[in-house]
Amino acid sequence: MRILSILAAIGITCSVGSVAAQQAAKVDPAVVDKYIQATFKGASPEWQARIVPDEAQRVCSQTRGVLTPEQDKTLVETAKASLVFPADGSVLGDWKKGQQLAQRGTGGQFSDQPGGPIGGNCYACHQLSKAELSYGTLGPTLLEYGKIRKFRPEEAKAAYAKIYNAQAVQPCSNMPRFGHNKFLSEQDMKDLTAYLFDPQSPVNK
Amino acid sequence: MTIRNLLVGLVLGMGIGLSSTLAQSPGDAEKEIEKYREMISDPMSNPGFLNVDRGEALWKLARGAKKVSLEPCDLGEGTGKLEGAYAKLPRYFKDADRVMDLEQRLLWCMQTVQGLDTADVVKRKFGGPGRISDMEDLVAFIANKSSGMKFAIKVEHAKEQEMYAVGEAMFFRRGGQWDFSCATCHGDENKRIRLQALPVLSKPGKQVQETMGSWPTYRVSQSQLRTMQHRLWDCYRQMRWPEPDYLGDGLTALTLYLNKTAEGATITVPSIKR
Repeated sequence: MRILSILAAIGITCSVGSVAAQQAAKVDPAVVDKYIQATFKGASPEWQARIVPDEAQRVCSQTRGVLTPEQDKTLVETAKASLVFPADGSVLGDWKKGQQLAQRGTGGQFSDQPGGPIGGNCYACHQLSKAELSYGTLGPTLLEYGKIRKFRPEEAKAAYAKIYNAQAVQPCSNMPRFGHNKFLSEQDMKDLTAYLFDPQSPVNK
Repeated sequence: MTIRNLLVGLVLGMGIGLSSTLAQSPGDAEKEIEKYREMISDPMSNPGFLNVDRGEALWKLARGAKKVSLEPCDLGEGTGKLEGAYAKLPRYFKDADRVMDLEQRLLWCMQTVQGLDTADVVKRKFGGPGRISDMEDLVAFIANKSSGMKFAIKVEHAKEQEMYAVGEAMFFRRGGQWDFSCATCHGDENKRIRLQALPVLSKPGKQVQETMGSWPTYRVSQSQLRTMQHRLWDCYRQMRWPEPDYLGDGLTALTLYLNKTAEGATITVPSIKR
């Protein structure tokens, strides 16, 4: 029975892999690229450059996140190598500014004023504080995030890393790579980490 | 216009009433939103039907260099036949040797049948304050002629097959500053952004059917009737992708993929949404 279930599990893994491969193979990636270039041809060169996929985006799109162990390893290693921590050694900023960033959903849209206010839009996907009922569920709840982790400094550093590039922990994570993609600044990410880890933050109340 | 403003005012008023009663738990809040949706989905008070009426007048209006109406336009079911045409779009058109969605086809007919300079039509692609969109009106009128029918998209011609495959690949294509694809938000069950429930659009079933069967729709929050072209444009905006070209083939590919995935969906349009 045990061997049978192991075999069944292998069978399922293989079939998932091959279905994904089959789906990805139905159209030449060059044809897809051609359509995408044609569809976004009116955008400026700077904007067009944003949708030229990097390796993580390419692999995650093609596999739909169903990775071989080798792909998994390569993506995690590359993402880990991308991490840049604050030079002063502190990952904690101002939680009140972090709260504003967590609430704010603007920035980076073609309708936004360049240089205007930007946010991490965390509440779109995560529950963070008990008071805010309008939260999304695309990501896990982060209620009492720091408290649960006993406010340990190494956990705060791990949270900073997750905001910087979530794929260093989970390859093909749905979460934007805020630091890696140079969307949020170092100070923004410190403020967000403080929102998660400051004992005074509503997240931990 | 007065009636329309009044209606919109009423509907928005209800929305404001709702927010003041926004409730104790997310479950309650979701129920309140559901109630609000029911309140606004009354065809008798749906301003989108004004677009249908304007669209009908536009369809019959002689204009362009050839001073003819759009009535000789073949939307796939034969010259001038509107019933059921929307339920089969996008599709391959032999005369243009292209797969086209309704808006691409309408533009093609304006240019070839009417000899119309379409620069102004394209400029008014999306309606806004003081700006009426011919395209939104025409789509409302023509799609309404398929109301009550079911989506029956064919993927037979080689170009339809290519479009379908590209549409599927684009649905899962991650990119932009936030690494998003369509599947980021519409790939899993029971997810929501803030309090907005997200339909799964990548697999056949009720959610994709209800979604695709309810466009074009009157968007209360925008006081405009909107088409799938606008919805996809707005999705890419929120995804932090560049602005897509109006009537770009990638949007047609996505629409073909989505309408095919929604096969069997009953079309009830124009609908009314938040």
